[in-house]
Amino acid sequence: MAELHNYTLNFGPQHPAAHGVLRLILETEGEVIRHADPHIGLLHRATEKLAETKPYNQSIGYMDRLDYVSMMCNEHGYVLALEKLLGVTPPIRAQYIRVMFDEITRLLNHLLWLGAHALDIGAMAVFLYAFREREDLLDCYEAVSGARMHATYYRPGGVYRDLPSTMPQYAPSAWRSEKDTKEMNESRQGSLLDFIQAFCDRFPQRVDEYETLLTDNRIWKQRTVDVGIVTAERALQLGFTGPMLRGSGVAWDLRKKQPYETYSALNFDIPIGKNGDCYDRYLVRVEEMRQSNRIILQCIEWLRKNPGPVMVNDAKVAPPSRTVMKESMEALIHHFKLFTEGYTIPAGEAYAAVEHPKGEFGVYLVSDGANKPYRLKIRAPGFSHLAALNEMSRGHMIADVVSILSSQDIVFGEIDR
Amino acid sequence: MNVLNTLQDNIVSHFAAQGFVINHHAHPFVTLQAETPREQMALQSDRYELTLILNKKALIDVAIQLRDMPQFCFDQLIDVCGVDYLTYGIAEWVTDKATGSGFERAVDQDGIRMESFSGSRFAVVYHLLSVKHNQRLRLKVFLDENELCIPSIMPVWPSADWFEREAFDLFGFLFEGHPDLRRILTDYGFIGHPFRKDFPTSGHVEMRYDKASERVIYQPVTIPERVLVPKVIREDSRYLEAEQKNG
Repeated sequence: MAELHNYTLNFGPQHPAAHGVLRLILETEGEVIRHADPHIGLLHRATEKLAETKPYNQSIGYMDRLDYVSMMCNEHGYVLALEKLLGVTPPIRAQYIRVMFDEITRLLNHLLWLGAHALDIGAMAVFLYAFREREDLLDCYEAVSGARMHATYYRPGGVYRDLPSTMPQYAPSAWRSEKDTKEMNESRQGSLLDFIQAFCDRFPQRVDEYETLLTDNRIWKQRTVDVGIVTAERALQLGFTGPMLRGSGVAWDLRKKQPYETYSALNFDIPIGKNGDCYDRYLVRVEEMRQSNRIILQCIEWLRKNPGPVMVNDAKVAPPSRTVMKESMEALIHHFKLFTEGYTIPAGEAYAAVEHPKGEFGVYLVSDGANKPYRLKIRAPGFSHLAALNEMSRGHMIADVVSILSSQDIVFGEIDR
Repeated sequence: MNVLNTLQDNIVSHFAAQGFVINHHAHPFVTLQAETPREQMALQSDRYELTLILNKKALIDVAIQLRDMPQFCFDQLIDVCGVDYLTYGIAEWVTDKATGSGFERAVDQDGIRMESFSGSRFAVVYHLLSVKHNQRLRLKVFLDENELCIPSIMPVWPSADWFEREAFDLFGFLFEGHPDLRRILTDYGFIGHPFRKDFPTSGHVEMRYDKASERVIYQPVTIPERVLVPKVIREDSRYLEAEQKNG
């Protein structure tokens, strides 16, 4: 009988567990992985180069499309870099709104991650439940920006508009009865803040439900415990950030360590793992959802009490309101210049980073004083995580590669850029 | 702010003791080029960020010290990226002349140089993070167009692996000692380095299905490149004050 040695397996780019367009070349010995070589770039759109050809504000929408499950956090990183170079600080209310939506985004991201992770490992139900909650959160996106996913809501100097005082309602139709519609609209009678508050009140129980399904589940533990272990020291060397780093036991969170916006005024805890395996990363992210919920509640409380402007009062950066524009010549000129040419940013360079749901999302911006970025480099957290896949999966079984990959929370929009 | 000053002082005292000459207030693009001697460094502090500009011959040596010395402890390499300074400070519109003859409305294809720039064309930028001291530092190494080799930083920080592959792919830097310097983001068989400023945004070739030969073929791009919003550089008096303060 001929002896079989190493066997090369092509995984993806159309595999449902490849989280998008990952092509993975696995070199196996029997069922054991000897080498994993991820081929990325199938979703490369040269976002950074495209941004060099456009005025600054026109690229905000591109940021949404990087990591397309945590849209506003990407915008946040970009907008912070612009603000750093422009030297503007958004009003405090805008900062609270940003923090609140960052955390809503974190919930969106972690819910999708949890659903997909469970689905990859074989638990179908969690995916459906996670999407039930995501639906409500996407409604918040829609209420505030008009778009359910690609919001383009953050702007340098604040946010595009204040929180709406009413929520959009469902209308009865041929397939939705009067009674059902009324039920669906029940939580939509008040303002957006009321809607989010109602969500936050029921959300912790929902997280409990997910945990009932997974945390002590024997199969879940067999598939995740001691799979893909990364030590704290190695995680630092490999450039891990976010839940990947915290899962390995390093208490590092930019929201605590280098607080931006109003994070220093809010109470929340940073969960860390112990063993650095897939199970710890799961626990860390689940706890992060609870902490995000806590932050959102604090933001709601503050936002209810403190009305105010949500955009900086600087005509060179912020467009005038429509009513002012119709009456004031100067406002009209500002409006015209802002929307045809954009604003210029003083020459220099800056790096701004946010604690994105996946890790450190950084934007390195070089300006030569023009109305377009000279060079924009997006530091995507998933890029370093995926680079470590080879090391993490070596010696594991083929099925474990799927666990490891989905525990990294990979989204190709940001990795391929 | 104080933390930043401490880091600045630490860098100055540590590397001055080893014979490095550290230049402080220089405009980095003008004075520091790829051919500056190994012992020359420049330290720039701008918007609460520190940039250390150094020669590539000193890169590995300095990087190891920045990682290992207890006063630095930069244990994480967050990012590596390339910058192409070919068109730095070149605008497509005249903005500083009087309106007597009216502004030229067409895009100037040759470009108008607004800011003087005489440094090397390329730069490799490293972003470091110290988890222990909660500090960031940016390293910058300039490269000449005809000398794109630079030692790989992978032996110091393994996370550089894919970042260096990306910089090679997009800019064509050759990282010496990198074990696996393949293209990473662009297509299999791609030609050129697309993030260089002389590479058109629309690319050189496009792909289509050819019915005659019954396969997918490459052909030169058929769409002309357009500039939708011209690049303008404006002197803004609002920033003069801040600039003077920085000196």
